[in-house]
Amino acid sequence: MLDVHDLVVRYGAATALDGVSLRVDRGEMVALIGPNGAGKSTLLNTICGLLKPASGTFHLDGRVAQVPEGRQLFAEMSVEDNLRLGAWTIRERDPGRAYALFPPLLELRQRIAGTLSGGEQQMVAVGRALMAQPDLLAVDELSLGLAPMVVDDLAQHLVRLNRDKGMAVLLVEQNARLALELCPRAYVLEAGRIALTGSSQELADSPAVRAAYLGAALDEVV
Amino acid sequence: MQYAASGVATGCAFALVATGFVAIYRVTRVVNFAQGVFAVIAGMLAYTLLGQGVPHLLAEMLAVVAAGAVGVLIGLVAIGRRGTSPLASLIITLGLGIGSYAVLILIWGDQPISYDGFKGNLDVGGVTMQLQYVLVVLLTGLAFVALGLFFDHTYLGRGLTACSSNPRAARLVGIDVTRMGLVAFGLGGGLGGLAGVLLTPMQPVSFNSDVAIAISGFAAAIFGGLLRPGTALIGGLVLGVAEALVAGYGQASLQSGVALVIMLGIMIWQAGRRSIGTGEDTA
Repeated sequence: MLDVHDLVVRYGAATALDGVSLRVDRGEMVALIGPNGAGKSTLLNTICGLLKPASGTFHLDGRVAQVPEGRQLFAEMSVEDNLRLGAWTIRERDPGRAYALFPPLLELRQRIAGTLSGGEQQMVAVGRALMAQPDLLAVDELSLGLAPMVVDDLAQHLVRLNRDKGMAVLLVEQNARLALELCPRAYVLEAGRIALTGSSQELADSPAVRAAYLGAALDEVV
Repeated sequence: MQYAASGVATGCAFALVATGFVAIYRVTRVVNFAQGVFAVIAGMLAYTLLGQGVPHLLAEMLAVVAAGAVGVLIGLVAIGRRGTSPLASLIITLGLGIGSYAVLILIWGDQPISYDGFKGNLDVGGVTMQLQYVLVVLLTGLAFVALGLFFDHTYLGRGLTACSSNPRAARLVGIDVTRMGLVAFGLGGGLGGLAGVLLTPMQPVSFNSDVAIAISGFAAAIFGGLLRPGTALIGGLVLGVAEALVAGYGQASLQSGVALVIMLGIMIWQAGRRSIGTGEDTA
């Protein structure tokens, strides 16, 4: 589905990604965790075609759509306009699909996107990405700035999309606990390199991940 | 009253130029300094076509389309290269605007040209108005309604608005922002062209008329902070009437000064409001 091989991406003289290889299989749900500035968003923006790699390759079998960090809605436009614009590259622009997944959006469809709550805006952002009928959904920081209950609800929607519709999901998260819980397999990106990879269970058990991302160091000492 | 009527008519033309500024600025964040050139080219082209025996309306329509094409060309040079900053693009449009003088003089010479618009008068409740003025107002109204429908109710129009609202997100959903910028430049060119063919019968244009036209149009556009076409229309009308009154009761040579003074006034007022109302911009 997605096969990234030895990818290098630079911003001017700064190297953001330094030889990253990563794979997402069809229908798989994969987490990408790591600290701020590790290059997670850079990776997503590269596979979405917004950035050009300096070297290395990635192969994408199908369409990718991104739910960007900070949602990046068309704030002055209506919910329905936001959703319809998500389908810019395809012919089918009926937002019914997004409403079927997120029924609350049907009620809000005439509202200006910028006036919605954070959770509602994230629904619009996910809905807008789905309008492109992607084979791979790349989600950048689903949980950022949202209440835990709202995050749980959105996360369940992603799991269902993955399980019922077979949509592959690449979930970039700073909330490692959430990401490892949702996705069976994960990568850890640090300073532009893949530091660790494996099943989420293995990673969650590894002392390095526990100390750095799960805040478990204290527990172990005690 | 006569002055006011002619002021409203020229104000409509300014409003069209202003909307051209707005259309381009909203999508590309570039202030297009060549905006007045579109009007001049269209006016002169219509003059030539009419001279060749092309019937009215068709000649004007062709001139407007040509101005739109010139708009796309200027857009290609100004924003075609990816990564050109809006400020660099602005300087490019300024250069192209001045460079166009050479081409205009080569083709049409350096004398002002004009052609007859619609002759005759219309009597409305005791006030006599030239038919040309009425036509200008009607066509401007039509253009604004069409623009409103285009931007609010067509997918392409929504795409253009999306580029203005959040260019990053626009690229993310697959909108080619540069191409949309070219569409905006074409639209701006067409609007400037429409202003030109309407304006030329009322006040002759020469190769360097673009400066006066662009200044008036820009002054009208910044009424709405370069972002709102509706406010630009009001700005154009206010400006047109003010200029006509000054020219009628005072001195014609002060006409462009009026636009400059109004423009400076608005800019100072807006700057003042922005710095005082920390963050809470009610504009």
